[in-house]
Amino acid sequence: MLEAVIVKKLRDYTLDVTLTVQPGEVMVLMGMNGSGKSTTLNIIAGLLEADTATITLNGECLCRTGDDLDLPVEDRRIGYVLQNSAVFPHMSVRDNVAFGLRARHKKRPVITERVALWMDRMHIADLADVKAGNLSGGQKQRVALARALAIEPHLLMMDEPFTALDAESTQTAKDLTRRFVKEMQIPCLVVTHRMADCTEIGDRACVICEGRKEWEGCPDEMPEFAPVCHCA
Amino acid sequence: MISRRLLPKKYRRNLTYLAAGILIAGVTLYLALPILALFIRISPDMFFETVHDPNVISALWLSLFTTCITLAVVIVVGTPFAYYHCRYSYPGKVVVDTLIDLPLVLPPAVAGVALLVLYGRVGLLGKYFNMFGMPLAFTTLAVIMAQIFVASPFYLRQAKSLFEQLDPAYEQTARTLGASSLRTLTLVTLPMTATGLISGAVMTFGRALGEFGATIMFAGNLPGVTQTMPLAVYVGMQGNINVGLTISILLVIISFTIMIAVRLIQKREAERA
Repeated sequence: MLEAVIVKKLRDYTLDVTLTVQPGEVMVLMGMNGSGKSTTLNIIAGLLEADTATITLNGECLCRTGDDLDLPVEDRRIGYVLQNSAVFPHMSVRDNVAFGLRARHKKRPVITERVALWMDRMHIADLADVKAGNLSGGQKQRVALARALAIEPHLLMMDEPFTALDAESTQTAKDLTRRFVKEMQIPCLVVTHRMADCTEIGDRACVICEGRKEWEGCPDEMPEFAPVCHCA
Repeated sequence: MISRRLLPKKYRRNLTYLAAGILIAGVTLYLALPILALFIRISPDMFFETVHDPNVISALWLSLFTTCITLAVVIVVGTPFAYYHCRYSYPGKVVVDTLIDLPLVLPPAVAGVALLVLYGRVGLLGKYFNMFGMPLAFTTLAVIMAQIFVASPFYLRQAKSLFEQLDPAYEQTARTLGASSLRTLTLVTLPMTATGLISGAVMTFGRALGEFGATIMFAGNLPGVTQTMPLAVYVGMQGNINVGLTISILLVIISFTIMIAVRLIQKREAERA
């Protein structure tokens, strides 16, 4: 379970959010551009520092500013998929999926086995030796997802993962994400600004406006005004 | 007088082609003729005979040795420097940016004088090196120092621009996957910028090889110690002109090869993109 209390002074407002995501639950963060959604994910991942934050994942403290505790980004075991997939274009699909496992010094047979498993699960096994730079947007997104899940993360985070994808690739990515989050029983945070993504992938939604939680609940029950945010 | 609008279309097009042709031919000839003149001025027999002149061989090896050391130092120190310079904000960053660019507009002779004033035998720092029996000026080390000062901006500017342009998402993703900052640098950042870095390194090599002004001021012109190829050309033109011409032709061949290498690298980069 992810529990995060984050406060950070940004240029125009103060980001002040509290999030709780249960294992196997997909929480969708919605809000306008610049409302603090991606900043929240970056703070949880350890890529940004908060002014004050208490973040625990499955009972383990990742960050507690009061006690000056801050687990380095590489030790947080968080799978993070960014908007442009960020697959490493100079590496093959296989090397991309193996990257996190090699970085964590897993044994060679473990790497081989887990890479094959995730390439198979994400339907990219036939692309194993293709340079990732030559893939389509949908294929890149599946490689990014396989790479993030191969490290068996304790939390999966996705920042606008479907923005650059066509309808079919979006549906595939959503189905795969939901399936493995449920299967692995890990909490999942997805940032999006599309209502369709929210209702299709999310178990719960949270609308953030100028750094503050505006609404939280079941995506189907989201009031019409909420995603637009009253201050727009 | 006939109005331009009344000229036949074909005639107008031919006039444009003629003007463009004259301009392109003029510029090409202006750049190519001096180089061609070098090759015409000396016979092939004389060229191959002079290539074996001890002064030519000595200048050639000294140039290649110092330029390779310069390149190695610029890459080893310049790559992490450019990386940290791009990734972190610090007071005076703008001043450092200007200092990186300064040698590009500074006359090389001025760079040589500046190095001499600092590291010369009675220079601000040089006198202390001299006290410990390690004079810097007028040594082979001085040649390398002058080359680094003048040629490093070519690599540093290129590296800086490449690191700035690289989408931070790649490095951030690598870190969240468990890679240390060093692993991220070596497995993600450097391979993704390698082609551009090689291109910058080749330009640095070329500039260091042709360095003259700063070298003669700070390192002098001692055969076998500080007399690099450009300096040997200068000496040759005052005495044995064949030596000057032969070294000039060698420098043209090396420079031309460097430019072809850069073009091929850029073409590969474009194809990959």
